[in-house]
Amino acid sequence: MRLKRKTLQKIGIHLILLTTLVAVAFPIYYAFVMATHTHQDAYAFPPILTPGDQLIPNIKEAWNRVDMSVVLNNSFIIAVLVSIGKIVFSILAAFAFTHFKFKGSWFLFPLCMVTQMMPLPVRVIPLYQTMANLGWLNTYQALTIPYLASTTGIILFRQFYMTVPEELADAARVDGATPMQYLRSILVPLSWTNIAALLVIEFVYMWNEYLWPNIVTTASDMRVAQMGLRMLYTSERGAAEWNIIMAGTLVIMLPPLIVLILFRKQFAQGIAMQTTK
Amino acid sequence: MDRFPNHRILPYGLVLPSLTVIVVFLIIPFAQAIYQSFHRVSPFGRQLRYVGWRNYIEMFQSPEYLSSFQNTLIFSVLVIGVGLTIALVVALLTTQKIRGAGFYQIAFIWTYAMSPIIAGVMWSLIFDPSIGILTHGIANLTGYRINYFTDTVAAFILVTVASVWVMLGYNICFFVAGLQNVPHELREAAAIDGATAWQTFWVVTFPMLSPTTAFLIFVNTVYSFFQSFGLIDVVTQGGPNRTTEFLIYKIYRDGFGRMQEGQAAAQSVVLFVLVAIVGAFQIYTSTKKSVYNR
Repeated sequence: MRLKRKTLQKIGIHLILLTTLVAVAFPIYYAFVMATHTHQDAYAFPPILTPGDQLIPNIKEAWNRVDMSVVLNNSFIIAVLVSIGKIVFSILAAFAFTHFKFKGSWFLFPLCMVTQMMPLPVRVIPLYQTMANLGWLNTYQALTIPYLASTTGIILFRQFYMTVPEELADAARVDGATPMQYLRSILVPLSWTNIAALLVIEFVYMWNEYLWPNIVTTASDMRVAQMGLRMLYTSERGAAEWNIIMAGTLVIMLPPLIVLILFRKQFAQGIAMQTTK
Repeated sequence: MDRFPNHRILPYGLVLPSLTVIVVFLIIPFAQAIYQSFHRVSPFGRQLRYVGWRNYIEMFQSPEYLSSFQNTLIFSVLVIGVGLTIALVVALLTTQKIRGAGFYQIAFIWTYAMSPIIAGVMWSLIFDPSIGILTHGIANLTGYRINYFTDTVAAFILVTVASVWVMLGYNICFFVAGLQNVPHELREAAAIDGATAWQTFWVVTFPMLSPTTAFLIFVNTVYSFFQSFGLIDVVTQGGPNRTTEFLIYKIYRDGFGRMQEGQAAAQSVVLFVLVAIVGAFQIYTSTKKSVYNR
């Protein structure tokens, strides 16, 4: 009797989870279905809920309308540059805060943490003026350098480096290794999980950035993916060509999704590490 | 701590890259924002003129600003309340002893890769006045056709639903990680003492989860205040009737569209104070003597 109740309970849990999953996945599925139909079929009533065969022509059309190769290329460049930059900067800072005793670290560490409190939007106007003064408008510098300090990254690596046994550093020192040699040949190879986790976090973040790129770029060859999507979407008011819009949406959402799926295990582990204090 | 005692200069070199970025692109611009908030650009030329607290006073007297403030708060509370509740329920269910628990945990992650704009585009199709599935559904049930271009409530629900949706993967992921850190023995001990699942959750699980919850409240606040910008700019442009003109969107419009830099700077400072309060709450929760002396 007891066993039966447990089985029922489990079936209930599966039902709730599957229903939620379907509800969460539906917008993507529907977007996909839209992207596979002609303009006319997209407006059919009742709505068609099964895929058609127009996906490739729709993607081609979307690709041409927003200069897709340019926006994807730009987003890819800034996402990769910022990810690598943040990983390197965070590893260096975390290494300093965990392996050295130095004057002022009590003050410098919290200072590094304030980045979290000052998201870009609260300083967007002066920062724009800084970019203009530096002559950085419409450059990759403006799209990457202001992002390079990372609270998340420093915490992520610090959390891990604190758990690395001290004997490792002692042994390296006895063997005559410099701190940088120790970092490069021992600590970094141990950090791959954290590096992959931060790569996912930063790649997704930069790929999805919109406000700042929208402000510092005016030239059409500096536009990023999210701006391309906006152009595709807003140019089609009235009888919106949902099939073209959704074809473009699928293309633009794919790169961060691939990165997340590739490194999902490391991402989950990185998050687990962030939550353990 | 001090594993390389003979290197006095090196640690400064190691923190220098991060520190330079923080000072040049964070601290200084932020200080400038505070400075600008007490000044105004004169209508002729580009000269700044000191105006004292006027930007702030006028801001808090402006009905437009106050309604933007109010709408932003309602939006944030909804995104946090609804979003975290759904995420916690899903996380609790996927950490039960069921088959395919690992599959579910992965299956919900992917909304994390979606941008607010993508969420907005996808949900605006579902809410579309002429072909949206939801519009059809509601029209069939009630005879009323929702139109988010003109209907303030529909527009507000659209941006809220899209936001909850886009944050769901991230929230679930953190709750799952947080739940896995709650020691099993504690829950089992409570169960042996005759506590119901409901009691165990409120007395054991939820308090132990509070650092995770506080962190997620902070992240979702940042989302509601800032990241939602793209969604608003693309889907509703602050409308209809300014219902979705949230604070960040207003700063952008006043600062870049209407060239009222001083006023926009004052708004930025207030926004910073709001974020700092939530951030301080998070730090307090995660550093205070852990619940039940963990």
